[in-house]
Amino acid sequence: MARAVASRRSFLGHSYNLVGVVASLVILAWTVVAIFAPYIIPHPIGDIVDDDYFGPMRQGLWLGSDYLGRDMLSRVLMGARYTVGISLAAVCIACFSGVALGMLAAVTGGWFDTCLSRFLDAMNSIPSKLFGLVVVAAVGSSIPVLILTLAVIYIPGAYRFARALAVNINTMDFMTVARVRGESTAYLIGSEILPNIVRPVLADFGLRFVFIVLLLSGLSFLGLGLQPPLADWGALVRENIGGLPFAAPAVVVPSLAIASLTISVNLLIDNLPQKIRDRDA
Amino acid sequence: MKSGVLNLVVRRLGIAVVTLLIVLFAVFFATSMLPGDTASILLGQAATPEAVAGLREAMHLNDPAILRFLRWLFGLLHGDLGTSYANDMPVAALIGGRLLNTMKLAAITTLLSVPLALTLGITAAMLRGSLYDRAVTVLSIGVISVPEFMVATLAVLLFAVYLKWLPALSSVNEAHSLTDLVRIYAMPVITLTFVISAQMIRMTRAAVMETLSTPYVEMALLKGASRSRMVLRHALPNALGPIVNAVALSLSYLVGGVIIVETIFNYPGIAKLMVDAVATRDLPLIQSCAMIFCLGYLLLITAADIVAIMSNPRLR
Repeated sequence: MARAVASRRSFLGHSYNLVGVVASLVILAWTVVAIFAPYIIPHPIGDIVDDDYFGPMRQGLWLGSDYLGRDMLSRVLMGARYTVGISLAAVCIACFSGVALGMLAAVTGGWFDTCLSRFLDAMNSIPSKLFGLVVVAAVGSSIPVLILTLAVIYIPGAYRFARALAVNINTMDFMTVARVRGESTAYLIGSEILPNIVRPVLADFGLRFVFIVLLLSGLSFLGLGLQPPLADWGALVRENIGGLPFAAPAVVVPSLAIASLTISVNLLIDNLPQKIRDRDA
Repeated sequence: MKSGVLNLVVRRLGIAVVTLLIVLFAVFFATSMLPGDTASILLGQAATPEAVAGLREAMHLNDPAILRFLRWLFGLLHGDLGTSYANDMPVAALIGGRLLNTMKLAAITTLLSVPLALTLGITAAMLRGSLYDRAVTVLSIGVISVPEFMVATLAVLLFAVYLKWLPALSSVNEAHSLTDLVRIYAMPVITLTFVISAQMIRMTRAAVMETLSTPYVEMALLKGASRSRMVLRHALPNALGPIVNAVALSLSYLVGGVIIVETIFNYPGIAKLMVDAVATRDLPLIQSCAMIFCLGYLLLITAADIVAIMSNPRLR
């Protein structure tokens, strides 16, 4: 869609278009905010700085105040930390385990492949929100539990994707040659398969990151994610939902923050050069 | 080769049953991992150790987990879902009416979103690259990229706050006339329709576009068939399998969608019941609700796979 309108430019041997560049800038900006949030927030997040609750945007309180009169800008900036940080940690674990298992299953084959695939397919048949609900009900909600739960939910998807790619590579002649040479499984996975599937796997990483951000926000919105006083963007929407009838910035801004991050990642992946994005690379 | 298809379908059904067992097992274990002893929670702080031990015995809590799982499964097969911890009512009675409410919500959403999404998806694929196609694509990417609660929030802002057409909350019990009914269901249905349709539009558009790029459609174009004839007579019948597959898959998103939508609009359905049960840690209730959701989800994705098998002419 936008690909046709946007101008193409060349960078590092690939051509990028305007939408992709803008999207990556937004992602970069949120990353910087997530890292440096404690140093750039204008007010401590717990301080009540406004006499009024759900105050409007004005000088000094650029995004208004929340349901207790706390500075919304500071809370959104700190929220970026939790939303981006937890999601990134979860997606790293999910993709690393999923891709490693997927490649291992493709190379090993046999009963190991069959059992693992069956089991992970079954895991995939549990709706993700439901899984989150049940786990939170069972062990309570804390940051490590959230990261692990989100990771476990998305391992089957990453596994399935990597295995499908790796099975294709596995039938190539150079794999047969490597096997005949007597190379170890670790070598086959790390040096023969991984370099050939790494680009589509990275695109998949981005998509899975979006899913995780959405699920984390959804759980936090239900009150089952991050617990007060910590607040990610989903939790910020939840605690300020009372401001909805008068469209307070306190409920609109965190929503926009989530949307800007997820839409940017989606657009970036959609606008990646065909060579990187192509799933059967 | 009719038996080939039958074999594949039977195999797929078998896999679904095995999967269901694994899922039930997972749900049972996740919920029984709960820290804290159920018996002492039930009896409260003043309970004597003897009373706790007695209740544990009566509730078979001392048995190995696998035995309890089998007993639970056996109960399920006989329609016995257990008793709620929170208010001592049979779970089946708690769920009954709520399940009906959720089914109503899902049915209305399906009736609305399927024709809407198919029309938009197919026309977008026909007019590929046009302004209309781009608008539909951008809009559906936008809806997919944001959490469901944000779609709901925007709907409330638009219809209840600015336009003041609809109430922000639902309460099914106060429905006395048709207008009341429309006002109650409007908001949750609008939100769910947006979420489900976005997925369906994308998949339908992709399926139709793939068929449109096949040689026989090009042949139809070359022999001088009109554009609508080309799509309706030549492309659509062949894209039907993938489209039905897309519809079933998208409907499985309802499972996640209703959890958010029922909570935000306070709709008295089974998802709201489950979220409340999580808050009170009412295990039998959580187990039963989770089981119903998994069952619905599994039915839909199995149906999607079976349609895909049946519609593949190469397997016939």
